[in-house]
Amino acid sequence: MSDASSESLAAPSSAVQRRSLLKGTAGILAAGMFPAIHAQEKIVLRYLGTAVNQDKAIAEKFKADTGIEIQYVAVTTDDVTKRAVTAPNSFDLIDTEYFSLKKIVPTGNLKGIDTKRIKNADKITPLFTTGMVGGKAVGEQGTAPKKVIYLEGEKSKVFAKSPTQFMSLIPTVYNADTLGIRPDLIKRPIDSWAELLNPEFKGKTAILNIPSIGIMDAAMVVEAMGLYKYPDKGNMTKKEIDLTIKTLIEAKRAGQFRALWKDFNESVNLMASGEVVIQSMWSPAVTAVRTKGIACNFQPLKEGYRAWAAGFGLPATLSGKKLDGAYEFINWFLDGWAGAYLNRQGYYSAVLETAKAKMEAYEWAYWMEGKPAAQDIKSPNGDLLAKAGSVRDGGSYESRMGGIACWNALMDENNYMVQKWNEFVAA
Amino acid sequence: MSPPSTSHTAAVAAAPGRGIAAWWQAAPFTAVFVLFFLVPLGLILMVSFWDFNEYELLPGFTFKNYLSVFEGCGNTADLCTTLRTYLSTLKFSLLVWGITLVLGFAVAYFLAFHVRSPGMQTLLFVLCTIPFWTSNVIRMISWVPLLGRNGLVNQTLIDLHLIQTSIEWLLFSDFSVVLAFVHLYTMFMIVPIFNSMMRIDRSLLEAASDSGASGWQTLWNVIVPLSRTGIIIGSIFVITIVMGDFVTIGVMGGQQIASVGKIIQVQTSYLQFPLAAANAVILLAVVLMIIYGLTRLVDIRKEL
Repeated sequence: MSDASSESLAAPSSAVQRRSLLKGTAGILAAGMFPAIHAQEKIVLRYLGTAVNQDKAIAEKFKADTGIEIQYVAVTTDDVTKRAVTAPNSFDLIDTEYFSLKKIVPTGNLKGIDTKRIKNADKITPLFTTGMVGGKAVGEQGTAPKKVIYLEGEKSKVFAKSPTQFMSLIPTVYNADTLGIRPDLIKRPIDSWAELLNPEFKGKTAILNIPSIGIMDAAMVVEAMGLYKYPDKGNMTKKEIDLTIKTLIEAKRAGQFRALWKDFNESVNLMASGEVVIQSMWSPAVTAVRTKGIACNFQPLKEGYRAWAAGFGLPATLSGKKLDGAYEFINWFLDGWAGAYLNRQGYYSAVLETAKAKMEAYEWAYWMEGKPAAQDIKSPNGDLLAKAGSVRDGGSYESRMGGIACWNALMDENNYMVQKWNEFVAA
Repeated sequence: MSPPSTSHTAAVAAAPGRGIAAWWQAAPFTAVFVLFFLVPLGLILMVSFWDFNEYELLPGFTFKNYLSVFEGCGNTADLCTTLRTYLSTLKFSLLVWGITLVLGFAVAYFLAFHVRSPGMQTLLFVLCTIPFWTSNVIRMISWVPLLGRNGLVNQTLIDLHLIQTSIEWLLFSDFSVVLAFVHLYTMFMIVPIFNSMMRIDRSLLEAASDSGASGWQTLWNVIVPLSRTGIIIGSIFVITIVMGDFVTIGVMGGQQIASVGKIIQVQTSYLQFPLAAANAVILLAVVLMIIYGLTRLVDIRKEL
């Protein structure tokens, strides 16, 4: 399968190379006389986001299809927000999470995306627009996308209460996170978030050190341990933050954690090297551990998942050719190829219909319907992910995304939370 | 330091023509210094008194940031975050300083007094710099597979039947942090100490030997005092680097060990610039005090 796709990729790209070579030659000839026209010819979009979403294959395929170049600017989740707030002209397209919007949108640095220009806008999964999966409402604690996806107008600094023509971000990828475990080292079933602080795994657990996400994982654990039931885990009061951090500090002082991790690769290394046997983890990180031939489960838990969603946004100052190019990229992204590519990595794509068209039936059955794999399942770059007959962790799309307990969030008491989180790190 | 500088100004005043030329000569560096050091520092100081919310800085004047840095520090039962962090950072500074000093001095002594030929000296000196041909982070990360739970050291010890289960404290602990620091920064001790040792007049050593001093007496009464400048300069390097570091402590400590730099980094990534600025000002003050204390011990300008 991977051979066939690389073949089909090779043909158009060589054609494009020839074409762009011709264009380039013409450009050089014209440059002497018409430098301005030459400058307009080539569009380069600076794409700001985290490294996890910046796949080389996606940029290459897009360039082959349209001639527009994507220039990846990779920073951490926190830095994406920081750049959006402090340096909005340093990128042409932002790939950020919905929870960051509460910080970015009030600055007016984002332009509302006109859904009339997005071909597949009405096919975006209802999870984003109405918060439903398979006709059932999912948990909306935290910053659920439906709360922040619509803007009142193109230049609005406030979120709209009901659907409008303008979206803040066009959803791209999303997933429901849970604990990752090493079944070969744990050797018993794990079914609750509470296991993260179970003294049985003392010195062998890890938690995410991005405060706004780590605190949500901690809150899932606190609820699972029966210590407290939050009215909204994604918007805690100071007292609730104190309780959550106190629980973490006590566990840390008792030697529960082996390490804290901040980026994707750290979590993969901790798990693959066996330093850690249970930790909060992202789905593609689990995939990455597995492609090394090491058993790793993205463990479904009875309390449900902590969901996240990312999307594309446009800086307010973007205009002209670059703006058109950005719209072209978004349209291309929702058109199926990228969606299928992401689905094969264990993410979910925003427009399922188009992605399905670009996937093999057995792949769709494995990734989206929770059925046993009819053939070996391979990652987009050809590594073996699952043998024929195995079933995806967490089952089908509906059972996984339907099990969302809360969303990554930005709290009103965010400043206080970060201060307390530093206390946890220093404890 | 102040008496020589006043005498210097007096000399400049006495020769006005040379004074202007000297001012011009000093101007480019002064401009760089002002533009890239004093102005940013002034801005940091200014911002540390500003207010802020989730997404913007609010110019004004408030002590809120400084108060919040020291919040809860009156409580004696449980140390507040800031004190705890500074204590941990100081602990690392002292440990690393002590170890790199002994190691650095020993290596420099060997290079300066035991290796006779200048060619061999250069060769061995270059050998010391080899680890610096690759980046800091790579040098740090290469410790991880060595020290890990299933790492090379543990595997070897288990295979030799010296231990039953893996030693946990090798990695993500105070030990691994100090180890990495020593590995990274001993060179900063070796270079200045070696430099001052090379300036020691060899006839002084002969004189000491002729006067009947033992090896230790020569070392303690002649070499150490004459290497003082190098020791102090090396100490300033090592201490200031460790005080501000957050990468080494993060990577080798499993992100679980507090450092002042780490707190500043977290705060800037959450757009809490005024808080981070206040922290930076306090850190700068602490480091300046340490350096001031060290320069009391030796007049660096005179010794250079």
